[in-house]
Amino acid sequence: MARTTLTRTVLAAVSVVSLFALGACASDAGGEPAAGGETSGGADDGVITLGFSQVGAESGWRAANTKSIQDTLTVDNGFELKFSDAQQKQENQIQAIRSYITQGVDVIAFSPVVETGWDAVLQEAKSAGIPVILTDRAVDSSDETLYESFIGSDFVKEGEMAGEWVVEQYDGEGYQAVELQGTTGAAPAIDRKEGFESAIEGSDVEIIDSQTGNFTRAEGKTVMEGFLNKHDDIDLVFAHNDDMGLGAIEAIEAAGMTPGEDIKIVTIDAVKDGMQALVDGKINYIVECNPLLGPDLAEIAQKVVAGEEVEKRIVVKDEAFDQAAAEEALPTREY
Amino acid sequence: MTNLLRHHLFWPVAALVALLVANTVASPGFLAITVRDGHLFGAPIDILRTTAPLLLVALGMTLVIATRGIDLSVGAVVAVSGAVALSHIASSPNPDSPVTVLTAIGLALALCLVLGVWNGFLVSVLGIQPIIATLILMTAGRGVAMLITGGMITTVNSAPFKVLGSGFWLGLPVAAVLAFGVFAVVAFVVRRTALGMLLEATGINPAASRLSGVRSKTLTWTVYAAAGLFAGLAGLLISADTMAADANNAGLFIELDAILAVVIGGTALSGGKFNLSGTLVGALVIATLERTVTVVGISPLVTPLFMALVVIAVTLLQSPRMRERLTAATRRPVATTPPEPQSAARPDSTEVKAR
Repeated sequence: MARTTLTRTVLAAVSVVSLFALGACASDAGGEPAAGGETSGGADDGVITLGFSQVGAESGWRAANTKSIQDTLTVDNGFELKFSDAQQKQENQIQAIRSYITQGVDVIAFSPVVETGWDAVLQEAKSAGIPVILTDRAVDSSDETLYESFIGSDFVKEGEMAGEWVVEQYDGEGYQAVELQGTTGAAPAIDRKEGFESAIEGSDVEIIDSQTGNFTRAEGKTVMEGFLNKHDDIDLVFAHNDDMGLGAIEAIEAAGMTPGEDIKIVTIDAVKDGMQALVDGKINYIVECNPLLGPDLAEIAQKVVAGEEVEKRIVVKDEAFDQAAAEEALPTREY
Repeated sequence: MTNLLRHHLFWPVAALVALLVANTVASPGFLAITVRDGHLFGAPIDILRTTAPLLLVALGMTLVIATRGIDLSVGAVVAVSGAVALSHIASSPNPDSPVTVLTAIGLALALCLVLGVWNGFLVSVLGIQPIIATLILMTAGRGVAMLITGGMITTVNSAPFKVLGSGFWLGLPVAAVLAFGVFAVVAFVVRRTALGMLLEATGINPAASRLSGVRSKTLTWTVYAAAGLFAGLAGLLISADTMAADANNAGLFIELDAILAVVIGGTALSGGKFNLSGTLVGALVIATLERTVTVVGISPLVTPLFMALVVIAVTLLQSPRMRERLTAATRRPVATTPPEPQSAARPDSTEVKAR
């Protein structure tokens, strides 16, 4: 009996140890642990400590965005970056921002998962005297003093560019379009929808159905399958990002049709896989949403810490590609 | 009629039929199946294919629940499986070679089997509560998957691997053939041998079944290993579907969907008697429900509410109390209805033997 107890104890000890090993892996990958034991030195030592809360790793665009930020905000450039991945959950972001406040970082930057619900935590940052910079996505708040600056693309404009191209190419042919929306409540989903709708107004292009594909390939594919079951005559897909468009391509191919010909596809983002599909003729038009926000963020963070005035809204310039332009641009693109 | 009403699969099947009817009303050609490019095509075929991963996960879950356990880690295992397979294919010089793909599949399934064995070890040897034991891997597993993919969504182009997700065999989707094949084999092994009865005995009373000579520990260990393996296969199907391994979102909440499929199918979470055909219907109901949202055109804002209402309705109708009432309403003259005889196992007999 004593022997079995001993065996059990040993086994338990072994599994506890391996558990810690697993836990260590997990926190390695998920960014830094939430506990804020050490306090950072502040800006006095010349190094700016910046806490960044990323949305997640939901798409190729996001991966490029993360890489740009991690590559720019390096020790060599005078930054100490604290990075965390919120896995597309607002509560995780709020928690990360709170932990940055307790750690006393110099600047907090984040891409809000959704537009609303930030007032309380931003107020806490303001009370603690920590400036906040928004990247990529905006917040919907009546109090604009809660953040210093918002760096990102103009999503309404992106939607408009996509819509204008569609009208230019296909107006007068009675096109029926379906829309794959981004995450419900997210700024790019709301704004791109609005921009696209306003651009096609007055033309005979009609949106016959619209559902969320949550910015992911898998959901883009399932939703598109549903659309193909439901409607017999879809002429065009407008996807709020490349990944959902790539999912839609899979669904269209499975239905025995040729994406890019039988059903035209217009997306936004211009990540590598999307550009490749554009070159292959499976996508017809992509409006770029520039993910390389790292340099802009570094510049604004330095100004904010130095006490300089910064612009409230910094618009990143976006391009657009049709199939010929993509062929030219693809070999030299960074992401 | 009353016999039909009392059949344990009546309400789940009724829900499935109701959903199909709703779809057909919204889109009259919904049930049509046509032949395109030499394979079958149509919404029912799509549903079979999208059911495949959930069916595999729910199959493992049913066996685990039968032994009075639960496995929360299957979603994370799905993510790990896709991450391992796609990372291997992506790093190989020749992603289109069948050898590379088979090695990737082998590696992924082997690792998932190990993860399942780990769960089984925690539960059966160390005696940790199943919900806690598997919670560990549920949280740590996605971290492991993130570590394997380096925090990126790994995408590959590999024709042989793509077959798993979008290929067809004998006109049917490969994913569906695989999942339903595995299901049939497991159902056969469990129901045509004593294994099913032994599992139920373990679930009803582990101590008593052990005293009567059932090797409960080994059985418990085996079901967790099987659940890990099936989740691994599901992970391969999910990643092959989009040719991308997404450590954060692949198989997210699939453990809850699987538990739901098991419950809709009439297997009680308290363990013991289990019902594989019910799980099959449950998985089909969930997959059809997801399709219904798009076809009927429910606004994304109310989708969760709509799904909740359907699920509440089905589980209510499935609950023993509710069924008793309904049976009483249809068969007023008879005071009590005898409990429905279950296929193989008479749990009482094992318990008597144990004493």
